[in-house]
Amino acid sequence: MADHAVVAADDVDLSRRKFLTRATIATGAVGVAFAAVPFIESWNPSERARAQGAPTELDLSKIEPGQMATTVWRRSPIYVVRRTPDMVARIAGHDPELKDPTSRDSVQPAYAQNTLRSRTAEFLVLVGTCTHLGCLPKQRFEKGELYPSWPGGFFCPCHGSRFDLAGRVFNGSPASVNLRVPPYSYPNPRTLLVGADEKGAA
Amino acid sequence: MAVKTATGAPAALPAGLAAPPAKQGFWAWLNKRLPVDEFISSQLTGYYAPKNFNIWYFFGSLALVVLALQLLSGIYLTMFYKPGELTSFDSVEYIMREVNFGWLIRYLHSTGASAFFVVVYLHMFRALLYGSYRAPRELLWLFGMLVYLALMAEAFMGYVLPWGNMSFWGAQVIVNLFGTIPGIGPGLVEWIRGDYGIADATLNRFFALHVALLPLALLLLVMLHLVALRQTGSNNPDGIEIKDKLGADGKPLDGIPFHPYYTVKDVVGIGVFAVLFALIVFFVPTLGGLFLEAPNFEPANPLSTPEHIAPVWYFTPYYAILRAVPDQRMGALLMLLSVVSFLFLPWLDHSPVKSMRYKGWMSRTWLALFAISFVALGYLGLQPAEGLYVVLARIFAVIYLAYFWLMPIYTKLEPVKPVPARVIYHAH
Amino acid sequence: MRIEVDRGAAGPRTRSRIGLALTLLAAALACGPVQAAEEAASEEAPALGADWQSWRARNDVTDMPSVQRGARNFVSYCLGCHSLKYQRWSRVGADLGIPEALLQQDLLPPGDKVTEYILTSMPARDAENWFGKAPPDLSLMARARGRDYLYQFLKTFYVDPTRQTGANNLRLPATAMPDVLSELSGLKRAVFRDVMRRAEGGGFIHEQVFDRFEPLAPGRLSAAEYDGFVRDTVNFLDYVSEPTQTARRALGVWVVLFLLVFTWLAWLVKREYWKDVH
Repeated sequence: MADHAVVAADDVDLSRRKFLTRATIATGAVGVAFAAVPFIESWNPSERARAQGAPTELDLSKIEPGQMATTVWRRSPIYVVRRTPDMVARIAGHDPELKDPTSRDSVQPAYAQNTLRSRTAEFLVLVGTCTHLGCLPKQRFEKGELYPSWPGGFFCPCHGSRFDLAGRVFNGSPASVNLRVPPYSYPNPRTLLVGADEKGAA
Repeated sequence: MAVKTATGAPAALPAGLAAPPAKQGFWAWLNKRLPVDEFISSQLTGYYAPKNFNIWYFFGSLALVVLALQLLSGIYLTMFYKPGELTSFDSVEYIMREVNFGWLIRYLHSTGASAFFVVVYLHMFRALLYGSYRAPRELLWLFGMLVYLALMAEAFMGYVLPWGNMSFWGAQVIVNLFGTIPGIGPGLVEWIRGDYGIADATLNRFFALHVALLPLALLLLVMLHLVALRQTGSNNPDGIEIKDKLGADGKPLDGIPFHPYYTVKDVVGIGVFAVLFALIVFFVPTLGGLFLEAPNFEPANPLSTPEHIAPVWYFTPYYAILRAVPDQRMGALLMLLSVVSFLFLPWLDHSPVKSMRYKGWMSRTWLALFAISFVALGYLGLQPAEGLYVVLARIFAVIYLAYFWLMPIYTKLEPVKPVPARVIYHAH
Repeated sequence: MRIEVDRGAAGPRTRSRIGLALTLLAAALACGPVQAAEEAASEEAPALGADWQSWRARNDVTDMPSVQRGARNFVSYCLGCHSLKYQRWSRVGADLGIPEALLQQDLLPPGDKVTEYILTSMPARDAENWFGKAPPDLSLMARARGRDYLYQFLKTFYVDPTRQTGANNLRLPATAMPDVLSELSGLKRAVFRDVMRRAEGGGFIHEQVFDRFEPLAPGRLSAAEYDGFVRDTVNFLDYVSEPTQTARRALGVWVVLFLLVFTWLAWLVKREYWKDVH
């Protein structure tokens, strides 16, 4: 019996063992947590993704009044609509038919939280992705194009969501919030810069 | 609460390790469906390993750690790497510069590859020292050798993937070796390459083998290696079978439960290894061109050979032997023999004792000569094959092979020392 | 060296000792000014460039001003032919602390976006026609050939009328690159000496071995200034070859420290449990 390999010392300090073991396991756990960081971080957008997601420029003089141009920013389509005075007028007068007329629940920068949902009346900049499940809404700018009281706006063919000429969603649409407005600015009157504003590049 | 004997059941574990009672309900449910307790008691707390393991016994667990590291870092690299002769090199630079912490994942993988061989070579040397390949552990040794061979293939293919200039030319040289096989050689080389020279086809298939097939093979072989180990139990520096001396409880007198004694000891080994590993990864990842060769920072160029084509350091001993022979076919054969000789060790060693501690002066001398030759050949493999380097390579190649093939003679001739009845252990 | 003077009549041995001592002293004193004059005349060691193979770059990528100067040097003198195709302008700005406005104004070629890769304007095919081979991309040159190689390369150009570019190089003989920095470094000639060497098959062969440089015309920079220019440029190329290296070393310190602490704790646990083992 005295021959055996494992014989606990008479003064085995159980509490010391527990303490040391726990301290080591705790330190090891901290180490594992820190070691996980590079692997988790590596999944975040790389410098290439961030560079490709840099702000996009668009020459506004190419857009005719009443026309829409589409560009891309951060892999999303961006709709740029040059609204005529008539189109601007058709934004008012149907607030009760809208789910979020004041854009309280919708996503837009502060300068787009207004009825027109834009910095200026003339240009509307929207993320062309339906806030329901992500299809691209089609332009239906003519009055009465969808039904007699249709003021003009966007219609999403996937599940039928409707938006007005400020991108606000109509009641009865599967989508629940207005079309998103990206950060944007005008470095000069002819140029639109999507993805950068007073706060800097997004 | 002095523990006098360990019988393996949880209740009799060494101090400080009683299972918390709160989990009894869940534990019972689990154990009805999965042999968890059985595994713990048979493989950890009830598996007895010799108590006299020394520093040479760290490298098995370290090899497992490095394998896990390579799998993790490798899988992550696959998320960003794009195989293809037009995209591979660029994608590696993308990882190094633009993927968040990509540089770290890459260096972990490149350093890990070299670390794997450092650990494996030391692990194999332990077997040579203590006769761990002797009966009844021949199959354990053979599985280990298969792991080594799979590892060499895995490392070779992995090195081609960055598609640097050394990747290309190293692949060229090694694949051409298969052309020395009489008759089928040239056709075989074209079949391996999938093209008339090392090309995109070669790169892509090496990628598939490196990422999928060989890791699976490695995992399977490592598992077989471990199962074989548990079957026979571990050898030890004295070469004595501890199962020959059992106590009243049926446990080896010179054995201690693997858990907690060797689990806590192996954690220290892992810690020391991690410090050295981190020093390299963070401060000298290229290790002066040994771990990441300078020519590989230039893209593959079929029209421009690097000044010295040298494989990565872990292949250089065999490379030196290959170049030592003036005839290409004979060189390839001799190189193959150098690798394959290890497989025959269990049957070449005719010594009445297992461990170098009790073998005679001839075995010691030959092992020392072998070790020196291995290192020397490794150095020579990095040098250009000219002049004195070739002469020395020939001498050391002969010594290297003689270690194996003269072994039946010198292990029988020499007088051996008496083997003690019980293992030699000094408390630490 | 104390000169012993016998106050009495100096014997012949003493006199000769004094004479010897004085002669040696005079020689030592005379060498000084002559050597200084020589050094002042050439500003470098007498055998200019003879030790070029032992020249080391000894650069420090944490020396931010130096790397910034190197960036400016590269844009001014190298970007015309060489690209850094794995490096973005914005990365240079971020790592070297250069604000985007300054980057646009001083470094970026007009029309280039700051997030773009640093590409040369020279079309590769034209370059091949003009030089025989396209000027290589330099993103990884510091890792592929080494910093010392780059340093030596930029410092060992010499005039060679037999070559199409009119220049040759000791580090890379028969280089296709012209001596684009000659306006800064000045022009120099390489003097070779004839050396006889035993050939492999027996017999002797003549070999031209580099002996020294001879300055022909001064450049806009002094030797010291040009040396600084080259060091800065090599420093920048070292940075570009691995932009994450500074972060790597910084992180490494913490990792190693943590691992040392962990290993020490693990060792305490091991020692505690192994008290059981006899």
